[in-house]
Amino acid sequence: MKVGKQTYLSDKDIYIASAYSLAGPYESKGAFREYFDTVMEDDEWKCKSHELTEIEMQRFTIAECLDRAKVNPMDCDLILGGDLLNQIVPTSFSARDFNTPFMGLYNACATFGEALAIGSSLVGGDFERVVCCTSSHYATAERQYRFPLELGTQPTPESQWTVTGCGAVMLSKKKCDAPKIKGFTVGEVIDFGLCDANNMGGAMAPAAAKTIVTHFKDTGRSPDYYDLIITGDLGRFGRDTLHYLCKKEGYNLDNLNDCGSMIYSEKQKAGQGGSGAGCCSLVFTSYIYKKMLEGSLKKVLFVPTGAMLSKDSALQGESIPGIAHAIVVEKE
Amino acid sequence: MEDKEYQEYVHAHAQKSNEFVTLLWAFCVGGLICCIGQAIGDLYKYLLSDWADDRIAMLTSMTLIFLGAFLTAIGVYDKIGIKAGGGSIVPITGFANSVVSPAMEFNKEGIVLGMMAKMFVIAGPIIVTGTVASVVFGIIYRIIEVAR
Amino acid sequence: MSIFLDYLKAFAVGGLVCAIAQILINRTKMSSARILVLFLLIGIFLEGIGVFGYIQKFAGAGITVPITGFGSVLIKGAKEGAKIGLLEAVTYGFKNMAGGLTAAIFFGFFFALIFKSHSKKA
Repeated sequence: MKVGKQTYLSDKDIYIASAYSLAGPYESKGAFREYFDTVMEDDEWKCKSHELTEIEMQRFTIAECLDRAKVNPMDCDLILGGDLLNQIVPTSFSARDFNTPFMGLYNACATFGEALAIGSSLVGGDFERVVCCTSSHYATAERQYRFPLELGTQPTPESQWTVTGCGAVMLSKKKCDAPKIKGFTVGEVIDFGLCDANNMGGAMAPAAAKTIVTHFKDTGRSPDYYDLIITGDLGRFGRDTLHYLCKKEGYNLDNLNDCGSMIYSEKQKAGQGGSGAGCCSLVFTSYIYKKMLEGSLKKVLFVPTGAMLSKDSALQGESIPGIAHAIVVEKE
Repeated sequence: MEDKEYQEYVHAHAQKSNEFVTLLWAFCVGGLICCIGQAIGDLYKYLLSDWADDRIAMLTSMTLIFLGAFLTAIGVYDKIGIKAGGGSIVPITGFANSVVSPAMEFNKEGIVLGMMAKMFVIAGPIIVTGTVASVVFGIIYRIIEVAR
Repeated sequence: MSIFLDYLKAFAVGGLVCAIAQILINRTKMSSARILVLFLLIGIFLEGIGVFGYIQKFAGAGITVPITGFGSVLIKGAKEGAKIGLLEAVTYGFKNMAGGLTAAIFFGFFFALIFKSHSKKA
């Protein structure tokens, strides 16, 4: 059911029947270490290249997620997923190991939100089970967007650390004791003309603010309707900027936090925090999902954010547009 | 909120690097690398006392490039770079680092089209600048020479 | 004592050059390739106007080890070649650069065959 300008609320039951998280070695020393299902002891995982590692991470996580729900990959209707690399190679290549229909998505770091929004609409329609999965890997993202790993560059203080990790969820119609996706707000691409590719939190915060404010306007809800409003990978600076932007619009987000700024501990030198398509999916499938199963979180507004830049667009002097999708997840 | 207004907000509020600490690191590491260079040069002068100065200088820079390349290969130079910044980029060892690191990175795409082709993605501009400048200056000096 | 002073001067001038680069990195977010090109041009300029020799006499390795030294060597070559002929004038700069370039390319090739790049652990 369409509500307001760009929000869709569903009265059907769309369960997040199972979730699986796979964290890299550096993430496993962070704040959520006890929530991860599997931890990689090193970031190569016995693969010849880091790209192959990311393919294997996706394959492993999707397989384990389906296994946990006791569903055969053949019985799954669709795999929806994405990552940060050119031609979304890790996702597409991992899907060749399953005899399951597949669609690849790209919304930069907001891909998980895009997958949940599309997946929940499909399950609200005729699909039985849909798997949503995104991943990112520090080494592959670094090579694609920045510099060779061994180059002696100095990270700027506003930069973020790409999360090595993968998270997958299975959406299902079948009744179970699990959180439900109750709706979503699809975001617009917002560009405030920031050009610093190191400061992605600043570039994405206006998009997150727009989506969150639109969500409240469309639904008529106030921020305290939710136990937690959690953004994808804004980092500490981006989160504070988002708080400031929403306050200007008249919404005081006291229950706001950010996956990227929470995932690493204070001791780890990760700049503003984590980023990457795997950042929000990893935190969602571990910390948020488990807290919701426990019952200590009941209503969550999950807002993955993405910065839509490529290395070439940055070199050509283009500014960095941002996007954010808001997903309503509730547990009764 | 206007674009300009937001850009100014971000510019004013984004975290800045601690200038003094980064400068101190760059100064110390850069100075140290120069001292190592001086020591290598002095050593060669002592060992190869019959060599001309410019040959000693060339051998010294080749040795430093070897050291930079080796430290890059064993994965130490990038760790120095995190702290030192300019202190490890500007010395000739940083030039070696910028040649060796892409060569190692793109080795996976094959030796010819990966490693060899992409060896100069970072150092290429330096070689081009140097060559163009030396041609331009060479022509100017030649004109001056002939005019005399 | 004079040897100690030589090293102190090399340390101070070399450190100063790197600190200037660091200021540029902090303020303008220049990447390492741009920094290297800029300092190469500074070296070329200093040698071109004939100041480099004086700094080198004072600082020794403090100015020749940074990439500025590379620039100076290039222009020295061009100056030398210009005394012989036009062909030498345009090629002797590259000839002087050959040592460093050969070392960088050879060791780059050699080490890339043996070693693999690894993720940073910050």
